[in-house]
Amino acid sequence: MSKTEKFSFDGDRSLYPDKKSDGTLDIDLTSHKYIKLWHGPNHPGITGNMSVELTVCGDEVVEAKTHVGYLHRGFEKLMERRKYIQNFPLVCRVSVPEPDYNEFNYATCIENLAGITVPEKGLWLRTLVLEMARLQGYLMWIGGMAGALGFGTVGQWSNYCRDLVLDRFEELTGARIYHIYILQGGVRNDLPEGFSQRMDATLKEIQGFMKDIRKVLFDNYVFKKRTVGLGVIEKEWIYPYGIVGPNARAAGVSNDVRKDYPYGKYSELDFEIKTATNSDIFARAYLRYEELLTDIDLIKQILAKMPKEGEFMAKISNVMNLLIPSGETYVRSECTRGEYGYYMVSDGSGFPRRVNVRGPSYTHAVALLEKMLINANISDVAQIMVSLHTYPPEIER
Amino acid sequence: MAIIKDILTPFTVWKHFFKEPVTIKDPLNRKAAPRYRGFHQNVIDKCIGCGTCEAICENEAIDLVEVAKAKNGDSGLRPRVDYGRCCWCALCVDVCTTGSLKLSNVFTWVDTNPDNFRFIPGVDKKPWDNVTDGYVKADGLELYPLEKQQMQHLHPEERENSFIEIMKGYSREEAMAEADRCVSCGICVATCPAHMGIPEYIKTIREDNLEKGLKIMYETNPLVEICGRICTHKCETVCSIGHRGEPLSIRWLKRYIADQIPATEYSRILKQDSVEQKNKKIAVIGAGPAGLSATYYLSNLGYKVTIFEKLPAAGGMMRYGIPEYRLPYDQIDKDIDYILSLGAVIKYNTTVGKDVTLDELHKNFDIVYIATGLHEGRSTRIPGTEHSSVYQSIELLRKITLNEPIEVAEKIVVIGGGNVAMDITRSLARMQKQKYGKVQIIATSLESEDIMPADREEIVEAREEGAVINPAWGPREIVIENNKIKGLKVVKCLSVFDEDKRFNPKFDESIENFFEADMVVESIGQGMNLSFITPELNEKLTKDHRGRILVDTLTYQSSIPWLFFGGDIIEGPDVIHGVANGHKTAKGIDNYLNLKS
Repeated sequence: MSKTEKFSFDGDRSLYPDKKSDGTLDIDLTSHKYIKLWHGPNHPGITGNMSVELTVCGDEVVEAKTHVGYLHRGFEKLMERRKYIQNFPLVCRVSVPEPDYNEFNYATCIENLAGITVPEKGLWLRTLVLEMARLQGYLMWIGGMAGALGFGTVGQWSNYCRDLVLDRFEELTGARIYHIYILQGGVRNDLPEGFSQRMDATLKEIQGFMKDIRKVLFDNYVFKKRTVGLGVIEKEWIYPYGIVGPNARAAGVSNDVRKDYPYGKYSELDFEIKTATNSDIFARAYLRYEELLTDIDLIKQILAKMPKEGEFMAKISNVMNLLIPSGETYVRSECTRGEYGYYMVSDGSGFPRRVNVRGPSYTHAVALLEKMLINANISDVAQIMVSLHTYPPEIER
Repeated sequence: MAIIKDILTPFTVWKHFFKEPVTIKDPLNRKAAPRYRGFHQNVIDKCIGCGTCEAICENEAIDLVEVAKAKNGDSGLRPRVDYGRCCWCALCVDVCTTGSLKLSNVFTWVDTNPDNFRFIPGVDKKPWDNVTDGYVKADGLELYPLEKQQMQHLHPEERENSFIEIMKGYSREEAMAEADRCVSCGICVATCPAHMGIPEYIKTIREDNLEKGLKIMYETNPLVEICGRICTHKCETVCSIGHRGEPLSIRWLKRYIADQIPATEYSRILKQDSVEQKNKKIAVIGAGPAGLSATYYLSNLGYKVTIFEKLPAAGGMMRYGIPEYRLPYDQIDKDIDYILSLGAVIKYNTTVGKDVTLDELHKNFDIVYIATGLHEGRSTRIPGTEHSSVYQSIELLRKITLNEPIEVAEKIVVIGGGNVAMDITRSLARMQKQKYGKVQIIATSLESEDIMPADREEIVEAREEGAVINPAWGPREIVIENNKIKGLKVVKCLSVFDEDKRFNPKFDESIENFFEADMVVESIGQGMNLSFITPELNEKLTKDHRGRILVDTLTYQSSIPWLFFGGDIIEGPDVIHGVANGHKTAKGIDNYLNLKS
């Protein structure tokens, strides 16, 4: 069939898409075999403001290109012209649902370079907010995953549960979303009166909802039908593509910064790294669900083990005049998406010379997603994308 | 079977159908957590307008606007917040030096005028002004150290019998740590009589660029070694860090910069490339702080200055009033030598009115600057003061510096509660220790201890050295038997100042006390001696109702155009006021001569 001939779906589908002699795709839109579709930037099935430019042949995706930049605010460049302390209200905006990892990594970079030791209580409180951030991050993600498949009710439940965690954040840090709670040297405040009891009640409420969510989502024929065997990440891709976090663990690769390079107080907590083997959307979703339950358990452990008394903030030098000795450091921590890294270079001045944010979404949402979408059905694009759990601001920081 | 189970299980959650909805119907009335970071509140009377909130705000949401007249320690400015920029991070609250700023937990505000969202908390009345909940800086969180670096010093047993300097000066690490505490608000600059660039020279310590620091200090003060030791540090009393913690040791940081740079380097660092020499001659009477300061700036302007000094060395009260353990003579020489190296001529042992008359000076010089200071001791004039063993503190201190013998009795009483009283008490205590091996000296003052004019550390250190400070007594009589002093009779002093803050002491005559002594020293202030001004000139001088000479407050020119006055005669009494008005006089003289020619 020549390219100018009108395309019909009745032909032999195995011939498409056309390939050039060197094996690359030969997509000619004038052939009428292909349509370009923009999935996003505003689309209910997309995470945040980014878009995927799909070339489809019928229902089948033959090429996918991700487009980012809708959220670009130049975080890394902005940091270079602000004093170290002034960047704390900025870094939290790099990933909206889990700002605490940015604060933690940024603060730890400063501490490494300036040689600040965080007091014991400060470390416990940091570990607490990091786990709370993971918990509410997963709760938000479950809503998104269910929503991508039309299970709106699950999204309402999980967002209610997330709001309960945000209430706890509000009383601990003074804000619901941008906590700005971790500073170099420790944290900004101690636990309020009666926090543990209210946290226990919150966790109990969430556990109740989790049982129902399990029934609606993971014991659901429709959900299984739409997710099992779909969006598989091959184990061989893990290292070449730099895949981390639950996406890698669902493929059977056990890597978790909390165990591999313990920070905060994780070395004193009792938990196991869960892995799966199927590496499809269902496996990843269920793994995240299990990790969510682990986080609930960890928060309980932290509150039980945390010392009641003690300094939460180190004695630091004047933040207005802080000069950091020249050097470089890389700090990592395990957020819901996987290893979250901050690389900081100091030239001895009062401003960071370079801060690089290495968010896991960068590889997951660009290189990996483009690869996974090939040959996918167009109706599965949303759940493949959501199953990778990506935050666009992390890509275009 | 598994499929049927998977189809049926989801339906079991229909139980939620019978539960109450969790949605909050009226979110505007939801009460935020007690710590919630909502809208700003500022306690206007507590705020000093230091601007640290403005400096830390990364969104540039805060600017300072004038709401009242500036006064000592308060810039009169208050922060204005722009809610189009604010992100409610509350770093402004954490960094607030006075603790006046906080965030209420109110978070809803509806207004039709967008300009209203730029407001001055505390000045512009808002509904949340009286809300008590909200974000305040937590106890245990400090964004800058509140404790000052202690300076190494001699312990009482090491210093009580010698005149070696007590304070040893900061090491590099100590100075850097102390300089780090500065938030560069500049409240101190406004208060310092000389308006020294304090945050700027403190910054040079942090940058370890002390030569630049020395240059900055000399722009406004050519007596840095001296002021670094004995300045009355008005700056420290208003330091914004001092509101919640210990104020910065600004004086000692100044000393650190000057101490680190040897005298031989001064010329290279400070000397101006070229000074246009002017054909005008200026006579300065008195080589005290004001005279020296004026000499330095006049020399830099190219004038030929001649100083007439009554005593055999320059420095005035700095040398002949302040004891060596506070201000060693070599440090005075370091500052003065550099000033004189710029070309001024100094004539020692020359008393104006005796060796040379004012009229002669007027004939030979274009301008005469009188800064003779307060060198005449005042007497209490109580019965017995005419006895030969009753002395004036200022006269004794001068003799100690001149190395002339003075009487040191076994038991001494000092009348007075100021710094000079402490100086003579501690000097005599040292001499008693040297002579008798023990200290028996009592200093008594009208003022109770909380309002004694002497610096706190002077009182503490005097006690450490064995002196007894017994305040709130009014001297009544020096009891003399057989032409020998027995002691001082005193009565209880209830208050020193009346409601109008005028000196009007009240006594309770029924409570008496007696301090045994062989010698009494009066240290209740000093007066001036301007007898060298001829009666004809004196008549032409404008004076206020109390007989004080009136001068132009900017130029220090008197009603006789060629006569300028300065130093303790006009302001103070202390060194930094002298330095400041010496500097202003130099500019005033330059201005006057430029306009005249």
